[in-house]
Amino acid sequence: MMIEFIPDWLIVFWNWFPVDIQTVLIILGKIVLILLPLLLSVAYVTYAERKVIGAMQVRIGPNRVGFFGFRLWGLGQPIADTLKLMMKEVVLPTKANKFLFLTAPVLSIAPALAAWAVIPFDRGMALTEINAGLLYVLALTSIGVYGVIIAGWASNSKYAMLSALRAGAQIVAYEIAMGFALVGVLMASGSLNLGDIVEAQAGGFENWFAWPLLPLFFVYFISGVAETNRAPFDVAEGESEIVAGFHVEYSGMAFAIFFLAEYANIILISALTSLMFLGGWLSPFENAAFAQGTFLAETSLLWFVGKISFFIFVFFWLRATFPRYRYDQIMRLGWKVFIPVTIVWLVVEAVMFVAKVGPWAV
Amino acid sequence: MTFIDFNFYLFATLLIVAALGVITARNPVHSALWLVLSFFASSALWILLEAEFLAIALVLVYVGAVMVLFLFVVMMLDINVEQMRKGFVRYLPIGALVALVLAAQMIWIVGPVGPDVLGDESLQQSVRHAADYSNTKELGRILYTEYVLPFEIAAVILLVAIVAAIALTLRRRPATKYQTPANQVKVKRNDRLRIVKMDAEAKE
Repeated sequence: MMIEFIPDWLIVFWNWFPVDIQTVLIILGKIVLILLPLLLSVAYVTYAERKVIGAMQVRIGPNRVGFFGFRLWGLGQPIADTLKLMMKEVVLPTKANKFLFLTAPVLSIAPALAAWAVIPFDRGMALTEINAGLLYVLALTSIGVYGVIIAGWASNSKYAMLSALRAGAQIVAYEIAMGFALVGVLMASGSLNLGDIVEAQAGGFENWFAWPLLPLFFVYFISGVAETNRAPFDVAEGESEIVAGFHVEYSGMAFAIFFLAEYANIILISALTSLMFLGGWLSPFENAAFAQGTFLAETSLLWFVGKISFFIFVFFWLRATFPRYRYDQIMRLGWKVFIPVTIVWLVVEAVMFVAKVGPWAV
Repeated sequence: MTFIDFNFYLFATLLIVAALGVITARNPVHSALWLVLSFFASSALWILLEAEFLAIALVLVYVGAVMVLFLFVVMMLDINVEQMRKGFVRYLPIGALVALVLAAQMIWIVGPVGPDVLGDESLQQSVRHAADYSNTKELGRILYTEYVLPFEIAAVILLVAIVAAIALTLRRRPATKYQTPANQVKVKRNDRLRIVKMDAEAKE
């Protein structure tokens, strides 16, 4: 159907390539199609955060920078910020380990972007649909901490070092709870493939995994907030104690990449939570009488984007509401509350499974 | 050379370079990071063998958790590099011997001279499975049917090891102060606050 719009010379040019190169080009094209909107939304998520928190604190938020002389509610702000950060000098601290200092931002953004390779955006709309998608995502979210640890060590600064230690301990603690929460999803859906997990929740919002797995849903999302080092778990940044933590010595584009990685991780955690507990791209009103025949009953990318936006909003909401946790309390919450809760719920789930109560009563 | 062969040689070279980096790097933090790289390279090799569960579990467990704690410790240590290098010549013969024995074992088992442990067909080009073949499912099935007893015994041994590790490092320090969050939450105003009625003082 699309072929008719493409001129002949382009098709001839395309067929001139060997098949292997064609495959590589198609994959590269898909990667660009995922990453460009992602990076653009990262830029505008920072704007949304400032607006949302501004509204919650009865302020206006950024409203000056617009386009071509029009203010447009400050929509030009992220672009102005990006330009400013790109122009600034990257300062290398004396006695810092140059190679690792500059590798650290890359190590922190690479997993945040690579995880999108397995995220399905709609039925069959994913870069790859691998059978171990869930494991892949879990592995990639757990290696994001290397950026923080290496940045902290290579900066040759005591604040950065303290932050690296905090981040390391925190991420190891919350990763276990996160993994157990995903085991619950795996048990409920019987698959590690993200597309199959979503399809297992078909049939309206009452079939979402969030209901039978409610404790796991909360544990997963809160651990996600902790894993992205966001407020109220942002002790790795801790402005009041350790200045800015691991990125205290970074400036310009090197700092901007840490910033990008943080927001890309927020979007990623929101996307994963909606895929695994809220049915991803599925419509909540699939079987509702009033929605039949309208777009409300259709599965679409819009539902997925809407669910992601909701969770991103919750991230901002948490930040505007709660004061920072004390460090020992973070550790207590991770090890002594979340891990026992997930283990107990896995047993409950197994019992429900055997007794055939709940959504597994097939 | 097919694309898969190319990938194999790429990651195998990377693995060897990274492994050499682990033992030659002067700084222990660099060694730990080389080790992370070698884990990644071997994980890529496992993916080429269609063992995606093992490959991702390697990254998840070793890179995501074990090496983070490793780095954690290594970064805290104040290691005198000069002192560490002193024993190099002294321990070289033992190291060489261990390396030789390991290499001999591998050649004996895998190579053409030794006993035929793996069977002839396993040395042939292994069967490529279709895209819907799930390595994870196969692994789970075989662990819970054919090898259920060894698997459970291994799990119990690991549990004992965890309990032992905690018991060995646990020491009670009565001097440490800590708060119980439950008690903190339960506190009422009257436990902490006393309102004193006072007459206003006269102006001097």
